[in-house]
Amino acid sequence: MNIHVAERSTASMSRHEPGQPVTRNSEANHELSIRVRDLSLWYGESQALKNLNIDLYQKNVTALIGPSGCGKSTFLRCLNRMNDLIPGVRVEGLVEMDGRDINARKMDEVALRRRVGMVFQKPNPFPKSIYENIAYAPRMHDLVGRKAEQDELVERALRDAGLWEEVKDKLHQPGTSLSGGQQQRLCIARAIAVQPDVILMDEPTSALDPISTATIEDLMDKLKRQFTIVTVTHNMQQAARVADYTAFFHLGEIIEYNDTKTMFSNPATKKAEDYITGRYG
Amino acid sequence: MSQSFDAISAQLRKRHRRSARLKWTSMGALGLAGLFLVLFFADMLSKGLPAFQQAYMQVELEYSEEASRMGRAAMDPEVARLVSRTFERVIPRMIRNDPDLLGTSETRWVLANSQVDQYLKGHASKLRDNERAVVDELAEEGRVALRFNTTFFSRGDSKMAESSGILAAAVGTVMTMLVTLAISFPIGVMTAVYLEEFAPDNRLTQLIEININNLAAIPSILFGLLGLAIFINFFGVPRSSPLVGGMTLALMTLPVIIIATRTALRSVPDSIRHAAFGVGCSRWQVVRDHVLPLAMPGIMTGSIIGLAQAMGETAPLIIVGMVAFIPDVSASFTQAATVLPAQIFTWAGEPERAFVEKTAGGILVLLAILIFLNASAVILRKKFERRW
Amino acid sequence: MQTNHLLTLFIGGLLLLGLLAFVLGRAKAARVRASGQAMYAQPDQYAWFTVISSAGPALLVGAAGAFVMLLLGADIPVFLLLAASLAVAAVGAIVGLACVRPEFHARQAIERVIRWLLVGAALISIFTTFGILFSIVFEALRFFQMHSFWEFVTGTVWNPGASFLAAAGRAGEGGSAAQFGSVPLFAGTFMITAIAMLVAIPIGLLAAIYMSEFAPQRVRTLAKPTLEVLAGIPTVVYGFFAAITVAPIVVNVAGFFGLDASFNNAVAPGVVMGIMIIPFISSLSDDVINSVPDSMRQGSLALGMTQAETIRDVVIPAALPGIISASLLAVSRALGETMIVVMAAGMRPNLTANPLEDMTTVTVRIVAALTGDLEFESAETLSAFALGLVLFAVTLSLNLVSVLMIRRFRAKYRVNNL
Repeated sequence: MNIHVAERSTASMSRHEPGQPVTRNSEANHELSIRVRDLSLWYGESQALKNLNIDLYQKNVTALIGPSGCGKSTFLRCLNRMNDLIPGVRVEGLVEMDGRDINARKMDEVALRRRVGMVFQKPNPFPKSIYENIAYAPRMHDLVGRKAEQDELVERALRDAGLWEEVKDKLHQPGTSLSGGQQQRLCIARAIAVQPDVILMDEPTSALDPISTATIEDLMDKLKRQFTIVTVTHNMQQAARVADYTAFFHLGEIIEYNDTKTMFSNPATKKAEDYITGRYG
Repeated sequence: MSQSFDAISAQLRKRHRRSARLKWTSMGALGLAGLFLVLFFADMLSKGLPAFQQAYMQVELEYSEEASRMGRAAMDPEVARLVSRTFERVIPRMIRNDPDLLGTSETRWVLANSQVDQYLKGHASKLRDNERAVVDELAEEGRVALRFNTTFFSRGDSKMAESSGILAAAVGTVMTMLVTLAISFPIGVMTAVYLEEFAPDNRLTQLIEININNLAAIPSILFGLLGLAIFINFFGVPRSSPLVGGMTLALMTLPVIIIATRTALRSVPDSIRHAAFGVGCSRWQVVRDHVLPLAMPGIMTGSIIGLAQAMGETAPLIIVGMVAFIPDVSASFTQAATVLPAQIFTWAGEPERAFVEKTAGGILVLLAILIFLNASAVILRKKFERRW
Repeated sequence: MQTNHLLTLFIGGLLLLGLLAFVLGRAKAARVRASGQAMYAQPDQYAWFTVISSAGPALLVGAAGAFVMLLLGADIPVFLLLAASLAVAAVGAIVGLACVRPEFHARQAIERVIRWLLVGAALISIFTTFGILFSIVFEALRFFQMHSFWEFVTGTVWNPGASFLAAAGRAGEGGSAAQFGSVPLFAGTFMITAIAMLVAIPIGLLAAIYMSEFAPQRVRTLAKPTLEVLAGIPTVVYGFFAAITVAPIVVNVAGFFGLDASFNNAVAPGVVMGIMIIPFISSLSDDVINSVPDSMRQGSLALGMTQAETIRDVVIPAALPGIISASLLAVSRALGETMIVVMAAGMRPNLTANPLEDMTTVTVRIVAALTGDLEFESAETLSAFALGLVLFAVTLSLNLVSVLMIRRFRAKYRVNNL
């Protein structure tokens, strides 16, 4: 118990101070997308997130790393309120986007999710055709009108997701007929077709083979020109490869948040260093 | 750049309304189904509860010479018209059995006829005005009253509503269920044991499995046709008997018991089997000494549920003739008998108003038994439920 | 009576022989063991083996003899047969005793017998299906020898009235000839089934949607078993409810709108049957909807869909094979339902599209044909089997299609969709 408290105190000393930009990546954009202040979350009695403070920047890839069970996925799901679906979850603190507190009573979580899309660990295409998987949501959101517009949107989304060439001849086959990696890109295409601001990715490559993983990583690199991407990964090489910023989570706290280069070359905290060098995790 | 929160929210308003509508309609549907259930039980209770009470009246009986030939003569003619004809017929027999009675007189409570009964209960009654006046007068003197209906539980069927009861049908049900269980329980459990523990995964096994699932969905009346054509016409099992009824129902109950037993066997973890094999048990010893005892609560639960199902079944029993008029209780497997649901069916066809009440009363008894059976199945499952 | 006495004697004798075999077998095995020889099995197992070898063949002989008597009509005296069986039992016991030797695998022999017993039990369910099939087909064929199949399938008049005269060899005396056109019966059946489905499918499906998608856990755990009570109520009770309570209500409501309804209208049994079937649809649909993976729902919600849109456009389409399969099972159940229609629907074959008129169904006619004091050989009685054959064929195919659909649904979602 004592050891734990000691660890916590060192951690909080070296923790990135809210509001202060982390070491800047020279090419990166620094407009604020989502501001998180003192965010805590409980599953029933047990606290899963403890006073998180973090700024997520627009048109960057931010990677969340840390040992499993550290709360990184839970945190990700706070950003589009997917945790609402789990009974017994209680959230405190501020998550601010576009000047609004997304946890406010007045905030419509459906509207929030339109602006903050999500890609899941396992590809989950709808039991519909490839075309319908993509066209469905924009049509419901009145983003497209005529058939031609719809066709165009589907093509653009599939091109952006790098899937167009592979599926253009079989748009009306079921989405589940694709391979795992293709399904995941279909899910990414589906998410970007709604034109969100932020795309959350919850270990998007953990269920895929290495080649599909590389394709998705390239895709993330391209997509960050249009979207803010927050991705959870437990693959440190992946974080190093794709992320502009990296946050290290441990036991429901953010131990260190830094630009990726610094995080991996010269971490400020012992704990992050131990994790990155593979002492535990 | 995408739309602002406000723009999106405005567009969403209509969609949220539609979403709420689905929630409320679906909730309404569930509520409606629940309402049906409540209305059904309320209706049955209101129609059937009066059956547990019956009008009795206090009459003066004079055991005269004439009464030993014709029971009516023992009573005041005014009252005699109100007494159940069943009782009138009993009087000569009473005198014959006990000749000392002759010439004496006594006052006693006897069964009133169903018209008096219905009148007292406030239902439509065929009593004439002067008869009503007599009943009213007697009621005022406390000489006619509604009492707990023991006849209903101690007699068989009768053409007279007031003296008909469910005992014969209940005994028939017990006999039939004994046959059903005696056949379907061992065969069902053996089939399930074979399929789960012994059967190789070949065509025959698959055929048996598909067949069992299919058997569970065949209309019950077709089992009746089987019973009629094979058991009665071919094997010569006596028609209308608990034996043929029980055999027919056993075939219907078989799939229920097989499916329940297989589920129970499957829920016994393989580690138990491996452990038993490990100490040198043969496959049969493993099943007999380890798997079956652990699966027994599940098997019992399934069998009780199957039994409850069979107990409410009517259609196949009508086909094999178990709708006979059975006034006397008989505990024979080969003589004509009736069962509770068949008795309900027979009574429901009687035109007399008083029988509606008897029918609903019989239904309440049947439902009570079924609820008891199902509740004990649930309790059994709760008590022995084991998570591995 | 004579046979019963003989049977009791036979069973007593067999039991006695069995007991004797057990004691002797055990004693012999124990003696061998005591002499210090290693044996393959326990003395008890040898004992049981002797019992089986004595009683088994005897029962087989008895059963075979009884079968020959019934099937071939051979006139074997019961006494002789039972005596022969007992003799076989005695011989079997001696042979069994002779087998009690150290090198004999008594346990394996017993288990082989047990295995065959289990196989036999498993085959009974197959025999049942074939029994139903054969009994119906055989009698139906006899019916079709008397009346043309074509008339049965396409005829619009069902008037079996005069057939008993024909059976009594007095055809032509009763005026009009019997007619067996089943179209009005099937029309009535489908009308009542359709009404039942109109009640059961929307209510059952919506209730399932509420239970699986909206309701709090507590409501769900309570609502499901409560709904299933509806399925546990005996059909004869529903029949009474339909005839006594619902039919007058339907007549009154129709009268309120100036319509004339029969007390044996099709609406009352249809609606009540629908209520009975609600839990079939709701429970199965609830299971199916629950087994649609949550990732589907989350994927839709993460795109900014409302809950209702997610249910309508993602969950229900994914669960559709299961829901259709549940509905098919329900239809099959409604087609074969007997008591409700016997008690609440009419007896008069009536080809009409008006559900307020009385009409009859296949099952009603089956019951009508087989109750009462009819000669079994008459065309009317046999017509019940022809109707039963059609009912069997229709429900069997519905069940099979339903099973195939639910299998496909399971295959789709149990496996990882990678």
